[in-house]
Amino acid sequence: MRAVSRPLGLACLLLASNPSFADYQLNLKPGVTSFSQGAYDIHMIVMWICVVIGIIVYGAMTYSILNHRKSNHPNPAKFDDNTTVEILWTVIPVLILLGIAVPATKVLLAMEDTSNSDMSIKVTGYQWKWHYDYVGEDVSFFSNLSTPIEQIKNQAEKTENYLLEVDNKIVIPVNKKVRFLFTANDVIHAWWVPALGVKKDAIPGFINESWAEVPEPGIYRGQCAELCGANHGFMPIVLEAKSEADYVAWLDSKKAEKAAADASGDKTWTMEELMAHGETAYMTSCAACHQPGGEGIPNVFPGLKDSAIAIGDVSKHIDVVVNGVAGTGMQAFGPQLNDADLAAIITYERNAWGNNTGDMVQPSDIKSAR
Amino acid sequence: MNAVVEEHLNHDHKPTGIGRWLFSTNHKDIGSMYLWFAFTMFFIGGALALIIRAELFQPGMQIVEPEFFNQLTTLHGLIMVFGVIMPAFVGLANWQLPMMIGAPDMALPRMNNWSFWLLPAAFGLLIASLIMSIMGMGSAPNFGWTFYAPLSTTYGPDSTDYFIFSVHLMGISSVMGAINVIATIMNMRAPGMNYMKMPIFVWTWFITAYLLIAVMPVLAGAVTMMLTDRHFGTSFFDAAGGGDPVMFQHIFWFFGHPEVYIMILPAFGIISQIVPTFARKPLFGYSSMVYATASIAFLSFIVWAHHMFTTGMPVAGELFFMYSTMLIAVPTGVKVFNWISTMWKGSLTFETPMLFAIAFIFLFTMGGFTGLMLCIVPADFQYHDTYFVVAHFHYVLVTGAAFSIMAAVYYWLPKWTGNMYDEKLGKLHFWLTCISANVLFFPMHFVGLAGMPRRIPDYALQFAEFNQMASIGAFVFGFSQLIFLYVVIKCVRGGKKATNEVWEGAKGLEFELPSPAPFHSYTTPPQVK
Repeated sequence: MRAVSRPLGLACLLLASNPSFADYQLNLKPGVTSFSQGAYDIHMIVMWICVVIGIIVYGAMTYSILNHRKSNHPNPAKFDDNTTVEILWTVIPVLILLGIAVPATKVLLAMEDTSNSDMSIKVTGYQWKWHYDYVGEDVSFFSNLSTPIEQIKNQAEKTENYLLEVDNKIVIPVNKKVRFLFTANDVIHAWWVPALGVKKDAIPGFINESWAEVPEPGIYRGQCAELCGANHGFMPIVLEAKSEADYVAWLDSKKAEKAAADASGDKTWTMEELMAHGETAYMTSCAACHQPGGEGIPNVFPGLKDSAIAIGDVSKHIDVVVNGVAGTGMQAFGPQLNDADLAAIITYERNAWGNNTGDMVQPSDIKSAR
Repeated sequence: MNAVVEEHLNHDHKPTGIGRWLFSTNHKDIGSMYLWFAFTMFFIGGALALIIRAELFQPGMQIVEPEFFNQLTTLHGLIMVFGVIMPAFVGLANWQLPMMIGAPDMALPRMNNWSFWLLPAAFGLLIASLIMSIMGMGSAPNFGWTFYAPLSTTYGPDSTDYFIFSVHLMGISSVMGAINVIATIMNMRAPGMNYMKMPIFVWTWFITAYLLIAVMPVLAGAVTMMLTDRHFGTSFFDAAGGGDPVMFQHIFWFFGHPEVYIMILPAFGIISQIVPTFARKPLFGYSSMVYATASIAFLSFIVWAHHMFTTGMPVAGELFFMYSTMLIAVPTGVKVFNWISTMWKGSLTFETPMLFAIAFIFLFTMGGFTGLMLCIVPADFQYHDTYFVVAHFHYVLVTGAAFSIMAAVYYWLPKWTGNMYDEKLGKLHFWLTCISANVLFFPMHFVGLAGMPRRIPDYALQFAEFNQMASIGAFVFGFSQLIFLYVVIKCVRGGKKATNEVWEGAKGLEFELPSPAPFHSYTTPPQVK
């Protein structure tokens, strides 16, 4: 198939050529798990059956078009039914379908067996990022798109993993049956990593499950597959499979990071520190809606520049960020970010883009407001 | 006899000017209005698609914001489904059913008028939301034509209420149209035309009408529940209030799957009329065609959750919906085999309607193959919500349903206008449309399998080449339709006179009437042997 389709694809490409030839692909990839291999195998079986039926059907049509045209065949036959062939072309497809149903059922039953897993990760979809919670490990974090906005807006050269890169990868150990539990915080999302063959909806209020056992260390990329609002196209998934030892080391580093972040909530920050940290945290958590320049998107996401909230009462501002605004897209960030992040973001919003209130919000202010 | 009675008996009196159209109760005038309405919407929905394809021409955001992109995909889908394919089929039914069964008009002419005139209101509401969005007064519906909760309820823009009432109006219009079709077919057939002598187009519309009556109220129920969730404190689809977002999908697809057959069964009927004419040979397996149509209609009610394999159904549910969906391949296969057998040993000529019909059989079958692949649950986990699905349903809806409508227009236009259309331009339109449709939709299979999700405004670099190709195809496809518009207008205005029979091999009551057909078709019923 590949031998045929490659030149075909290349020929097509010449018609519509692009200066930057990325590595395009025509078919599904087998992936790296038994799960994705199963999907690939059944895909190929059904595709080849379709190809064979297609050759017969299209062949018969083409033969008829060429040979039974009026110029070749001026006197049409009169027949208009034939019980034998009608029974045959009802029964034979049924048999073919049975032939497909048996392997499809086997693959499916193996896929849906999430028992005997070695560990569980809870995956929560948010507009528009993923949250990973390592069950029983006290490790949890958000995973945001890390492609710079300049690349998306065509102000900078696009790099290799454009739109398929994140700040915090989900990391799993190799050769362990990892169970994923999916849910969502707002609307329905779908977590999809093609190389694992896993695509499952993350539904608010419900928990779905699936699993993967990756044999080789490596980085696997995927995307949200269910329309979830404006930035649906901008919440990728990057999963890294590491050896057992590397995985444990990574887990420890994540725990150390969290301890450091917790400690940062107890100290008093300077304005420069708050503004610097605030800008980074704002770009990660807020800029998708309110935009990097704080101008928002008219009638969809309010701007923060000169807004009543960002230059008005501080406690109101803290309340909106920590508790969200019910019935709107404004999420409650209290449960998502730590005190230092929130303090820095609010300070940044009150002093960036000419807001210049001079207000400084400390982590301790957030703690008392929670 | 005095002059008033004389005037009354002469059924050819009709109001002139705008009144002729506003108050029309004539199946031909209403049919024309439906068809022109669909044609207009085709250009509007197509323009939205071209903006989408322009944005997707290369990676990066160039033309629109992601938020507006979602409004474009939503409106494109809604307009094409409810504003183009469905009204076009109703228009064809209006024109053809009375002529094909030997009746003077539809059974319920005043309701016919109302069911048409609800449509401009419905789409006025919908398109108003888009215009307001462009003018910066809020967002148009942005949750996809499938409007899954809670994206469309808790998170929906204010214009969602416009959308809800628009869907209600479309639903009332469709149900009334369907009632009219059923009443006409049941009561107004010419003497001697029993059910198994009806033309296949009549049969497929008869069954389609029942599907419409069965499922449009379900859609109305779904949007009403959305309305009360949004404004009256209910929680049908909100898990926080004890509701279930997945239930929305069950209700939507219980409507949605029969809906896709509503959009294809009349197409089957059209192809079954056209192929025998240009093969100069009777339709092969008439009764199996009827039974296959009925089986497909029945199966359409028990396969809906194959749109939802990734929602986390129990395995037993996944298996049931996989098996039931596979079964649809059987009656659909029977239809394709019957069409080929009709062509077999015929005496084929390839005028424009036949070209579209043959392209339909080729390309709809492509969509059927990908449909079979999609029903295999383990593989569907990889295909679901990717461009592979987009390719699949555009093969069945564009090169399927839309091609059948074009075929039907070319086939019956001489009967409607009394003039032959320009065959050269018709063929040019066909070849441009057919080739560009494949340049447009075939590469979508590749990017889908390579992992490109649908409904994204920007994409990773490895999808660039095929997206570029699809966009080029889209623009050629879109502008080719202007030729179609020109051919139709030219044919309405004049041309070589058509005979009663129009086509050498044409059979059926509509071809026994003069061309153009008289205003009241059959004023005295013909006798069918």
